[in-house]
Amino acid sequence: MTHPDLLSRLWASPQPPSWTHRQWEIAVGQARRTRLLARLGFHFTDRGWMPLVPARPAAYLGTGILAAERQHREVHWELDRIEAALSGIDTPIVVLKGAAYVLAGLPAARGRLFSDIDIMVSRERLNEAENALLAAGWAQQPHDDYDDQYYRRWSHELPPLKHVQRGTVLDLHHTITQPTSRFQVEGRRLLERALPARPGGRLLVLAPEDMVLHSVVHLMQEGELDTGLRDLLDIRDLVVDFSRQADFWPKLLDRASELRLQIPLSHALVQLHRLFGLTWPTELDSQVAQLDPRRVGGPLMARLLTAALRPHHPTCDTAWSDAARLALYVRSHYLRMPVRLVVPHLIRKAFRRLKPKTS
Amino acid sequence: MKLGDLSPSAIRRRLRGDGLCLRTGPFNYRIRSPIDSVASGLGLLYEQVPLVDDSEYIDFTITMARGRGLRRWFRPQVRFEVDGETPFEPLPEDHAYPMLEWAMNWCVSTQAHQYLLLHSAVIERDGRAVIMPAPPGSGKSTLCAALIHRGWRLMSDELALINPFDGRLVALARPVSLKNESLDVIQRFEPSAVLNTPVGETFKGKVSHMKVPEWHLSRIHETASARWVVFPQYQAGAEARLEPRPKADSLLELAQNAFNYSLLGPSGFRTLGDLVDRSDCYRFTYSKLEQAMAVFERLRLDAQTSGGDTGHGHAGSDKVPPPGRADDGNSP
Repeated sequence: MTHPDLLSRLWASPQPPSWTHRQWEIAVGQARRTRLLARLGFHFTDRGWMPLVPARPAAYLGTGILAAERQHREVHWELDRIEAALSGIDTPIVVLKGAAYVLAGLPAARGRLFSDIDIMVSRERLNEAENALLAAGWAQQPHDDYDDQYYRRWSHELPPLKHVQRGTVLDLHHTITQPTSRFQVEGRRLLERALPARPGGRLLVLAPEDMVLHSVVHLMQEGELDTGLRDLLDIRDLVVDFSRQADFWPKLLDRASELRLQIPLSHALVQLHRLFGLTWPTELDSQVAQLDPRRVGGPLMARLLTAALRPHHPTCDTAWSDAARLALYVRSHYLRMPVRLVVPHLIRKAFRRLKPKTS
Repeated sequence: MKLGDLSPSAIRRRLRGDGLCLRTGPFNYRIRSPIDSVASGLGLLYEQVPLVDDSEYIDFTITMARGRGLRRWFRPQVRFEVDGETPFEPLPEDHAYPMLEWAMNWCVSTQAHQYLLLHSAVIERDGRAVIMPAPPGSGKSTLCAALIHRGWRLMSDELALINPFDGRLVALARPVSLKNESLDVIQRFEPSAVLNTPVGETFKGKVSHMKVPEWHLSRIHETASARWVVFPQYQAGAEARLEPRPKADSLLELAQNAFNYSLLGPSGFRTLGDLVDRSDCYRFTYSKLEQAMAVFERLRLDAQTSGGDTGHGHAGSDKVPPPGRADDGNSP
């Protein structure tokens, strides 16, 4: 059996695919796995391709869209509740990632599915914000002391909070990368540029260049690439949309240097170009090449990412894609924490996996 | 071709190979598993279920895999895998068969939003359906298992599938899940009932599944219109008692029992509202199955004399356009 990755090449293709039923099954399965089912549905509806889709897969594309629409309604309500809960706290509230795309009405929101909402507040107000959220019905999920310590000491976010009635999950950040990371970014610098998501509202979103860089650094550092293709598509949509502003590309490259995120950006641009044919203004070619001048890990990273960004689905997994994912997982931890922290941490996680869950 | 046309070894071979493809009502499943109890359970309970040609679209590919690493040999486990994910914690390997049935339900309840999905049994007679929503322990499955041996047709034991376009119920007719005491109760009530080998000590207690008699399967394409909503409650020693339940209250409870009521938004509300409008709603307390049979027979006879909409089914639910397609991408 071959290992068809039907999903990755679809997004840049000007022609609708002519898939058999079996190929449709595989594509829908890969889309479910990468959380791209609604996105796939919109891709077909937006291009007027739905009449070409057989009835059964068409039904699932439709249900994916329904699920995304329901989530978007919920995200608006959830953000409204978060804003209310934090009304007494003197901090900027920046909505991050998917919820930000929805709030700001960006094209990247179309068909975006969520598992949680991410917000960022100033580090000085982090504890107050957490307490305000706890008072408003969010609760800590059961986790052990080690996890709690890990989050509070080493992480850029607190342990996830879950609303006791609505069951929604909220990640409260004070910055976008781990403070122990090779690519550390002070939250303060991002807050300075954050923009109101809507005129007159209190909720903010990151400036366009920061939003792209956050998405990039998240993809390159998160370690779990299960939804990697989705995350890369997010970046493409952001970049394509922001590129309509003439100064976006120079700003993005400058900001990457300022925040010392050139290398992750360079890896992401390679993949965006490979999968979606994304290009940048030619006059910036030399500057783009300068992002990673020594190209030490470049070719290897490109190969690893090419394998690991395939949907993590049995129809297209190969021994090499599994190995690449493992390598990137270990690498992500190595980037996020110094070796003296990461080795005990990974050993601990590996042992915990062997223990039966108590729940 | 039906599953029963395959020899036990051919069933095992398909399960270990590219998969055994089955059609249950509107859904096609591809099932893969190296575990013998999965093969024997399917061979017994799905004997009369049609096999699907591999060129058709298969809605869900389910793997009931063996545990990983040491768990292949030491206290072996079964893992349910779908689309490269493992939605549940693994279970001891002898739970493989009931876990497969749960997995099959899980796929529908989390993905098949082309239907309004209620956690409910559905039975039908003369084109009129009874919806029996109930939490576990209410005796819903026992009642359902008994009724389908007394002339009522099984549409579904766990999942009511309601088409939002015409409000009609679609049949699944998968095996009926029975727990603990109900296993003996049903075997005594209907000695011809075919039950799979029970599995003990699952988180639901002792469980088994009852085979669906053939005539239910041969009429699986017939849809039905809801005529009654009955909330059953088993109560030891109670005389059978059928009490009207207000419609508004019934609607709310049905909504709570639904898997995707809020996901469907206004269409879910309309579908459920219409269904409750058309149906007589009752609370039903019982302990003795024979009394319960009499109560349901009276419901049926009353409906016959009062007339009302029958509506014999249309075949081919495939042709009904799914909701949320193409053009209504922007509707709320």
